[in-house]
Amino acid sequence: MYEKDGEKYFVVDSHMHYWNAAPDNWVPGAEQYAKGWIECFHAYQGLGPPETHWSIEHFQKYSEDDLMKDVFEDGHVDVAVFQPTYLLEWYKEGFNTTERNNTMGEKHPGKFIYNTRFDPRDGDVGLKQLRQDVERYGSKGVKLYTAEWNNGSRGYKLSDPAAYRFLEAAQELGIKNIHVHKGPTIWPLDKDAFDVADVDHAATDFQGLNFIVEHVGLPRIEDFCFMATQEPNVYAGLSVVIGGLMYARPKFFAKVMGELLFWVGEDKMTFGSDYGIWEPKWQVEGFVDWDYPSDEFSDYPRLGTAGKKKILGLNAAKLYDIEVPAEFRLPADAGEPAARDDAALVDD
Amino acid sequence: MTASAGSDVRSATAGLSARADRGGGPVESGGSPPRESALLAALQTVRDPELDEPITSLGFVTSCTVSGGGDAQVRLRLPTYFCAPNFAFLMVADAYDAVSALPGVRRTEVVLEDHFASDAINGGVAAQSGFVQSFDGEAVSELHGLRADFLRKAVMAGTDQVCRPLLAGGADPAGLLELTLGDVPPSRPLRRLRERRAELGLPAGDDAPLMIDPVTGERVSEQGVPLHLRRARVTRISIEANGGICRGMLRHRYDSPGLGEEER
Repeated sequence: MYEKDGEKYFVVDSHMHYWNAAPDNWVPGAEQYAKGWIECFHAYQGLGPPETHWSIEHFQKYSEDDLMKDVFEDGHVDVAVFQPTYLLEWYKEGFNTTERNNTMGEKHPGKFIYNTRFDPRDGDVGLKQLRQDVERYGSKGVKLYTAEWNNGSRGYKLSDPAAYRFLEAAQELGIKNIHVHKGPTIWPLDKDAFDVADVDHAATDFQGLNFIVEHVGLPRIEDFCFMATQEPNVYAGLSVVIGGLMYARPKFFAKVMGELLFWVGEDKMTFGSDYGIWEPKWQVEGFVDWDYPSDEFSDYPRLGTAGKKKILGLNAAKLYDIEVPAEFRLPADAGEPAARDDAALVDD
Repeated sequence: MTASAGSDVRSATAGLSARADRGGGPVESGGSPPRESALLAALQTVRDPELDEPITSLGFVTSCTVSGGGDAQVRLRLPTYFCAPNFAFLMVADAYDAVSALPGVRRTEVVLEDHFASDAINGGVAAQSGFVQSFDGEAVSELHGLRADFLRKAVMAGTDQVCRPLLAGGADPAGLLELTLGDVPPSRPLRRLRERRAELGLPAGDDAPLMIDPVTGERVSEQGVPLHLRRARVTRISIEANGGICRGMLRHRYDSPGLGEEER
């Protein structure tokens, strides 16, 4: 929790990681990819304040103690949602698997939520694995990388029949939240891997699921916004938006926030630090202090304390059924967090 | 090539239109090799399709050299090892075409450095083999559609760049609908908007409406104006924010500025 000027914020970090990308985990023959991937992540950290930068060695593999200190002790986070990233073609034990997250998190009851993943290209074996993972880890959400490699295939679409089969199964198993990575990706090579049209289809057909588009489709924010405004169950995951822009490009950050507040609305935006890329501390504190830098932004919706409370934690708490202590809740007239009808519906 | 050499080239080409330079001055005529400043000017015409900005001002050009015999070499770099290979391929191929077209260039080599697909891209462009062949088995179509999609985004972003000052000056949004390109005072953003529209085969002459659908080329309807302007603005912001992230990551990766790099 974070307190500032008499206001108390319940913080849910809805997108963070516990990875091992050190050389001991690199797959022989794929070293250049494993190395290139973590160096690419490390460059993103360069967009945060200099005093929060880590050495590449520390960045490749941070400890459990580092995470607990950075996220909970210093970072103001109350509950953190682990988002797994497998990348087994490059990392022997995976980059950060649900199992790895759970092994660590188990020692700290009540602090973590364990999302898992699936890949429609894994067929029946994958369905069985999903079932096991949900039973074992109590997952209420999945993180999907539609552009991930899998046995020679360079990606899939959420609207593929095979993906629908998995979404149906996930729903039956009690999964509520589908986090889709629509941000910087690599494959498929000749297509636009950032295209969010597949999320549009799936969100329409699976009204019982929430679709949180991580990184808001960066670098295609406009496509995401047009889509999100039509779909009541689509949310904007702010990982990378706050971490990548708030410090490095404050003017663009203000504009992007203004657009998201207009198209998507404060009830449907969720904070995610993307730890270990960026530490949550400066993001939470900076976001609470944030306002538009000048009158130039007067066309955009304002963001008040209630809106910041929703974005920093209350919206995600609602999506994940996290009990929020009374002192952090909103007054009755401040609206319902994560309300589906908030988006400014615009007829095209 | 060092950063200081970069500054020299930058000043040497300041104020020169790239196309004018590419058209051939006294140096390029008669088969003698072009100056490096001419190479850089040619590279200024190559854009990152996604960011709609020259690869030079983005800082993507590490070096460009030309030998006495007319052998040109260009080295390019990108913000990450994993920048999308489709856009990378387009930039390398466009750089190859722009430099090869210079009078006096006998042979062109464009090298993309430090990228996971460097070998496939460099080899494919050198062999003029196209994207699908360069990524055998991993790609099924060429990149014309992708390029057109992003040109349309550039048209939307350019619409905001041209319309915003008019609105700030008191123009009424519905009134903009009546304007043609010829009605708008000349400016760099207007010239750019015309160029992008022309590239897409959309109306770009003086009598063409200012606000058109970037797919059909039809004038926007009256009730469609507010949404069109909103879309134009968010598209521009998306491109600019993305450019900001790319610049930040490039700076993290490389200490020295690229040739012709401009801070934004």
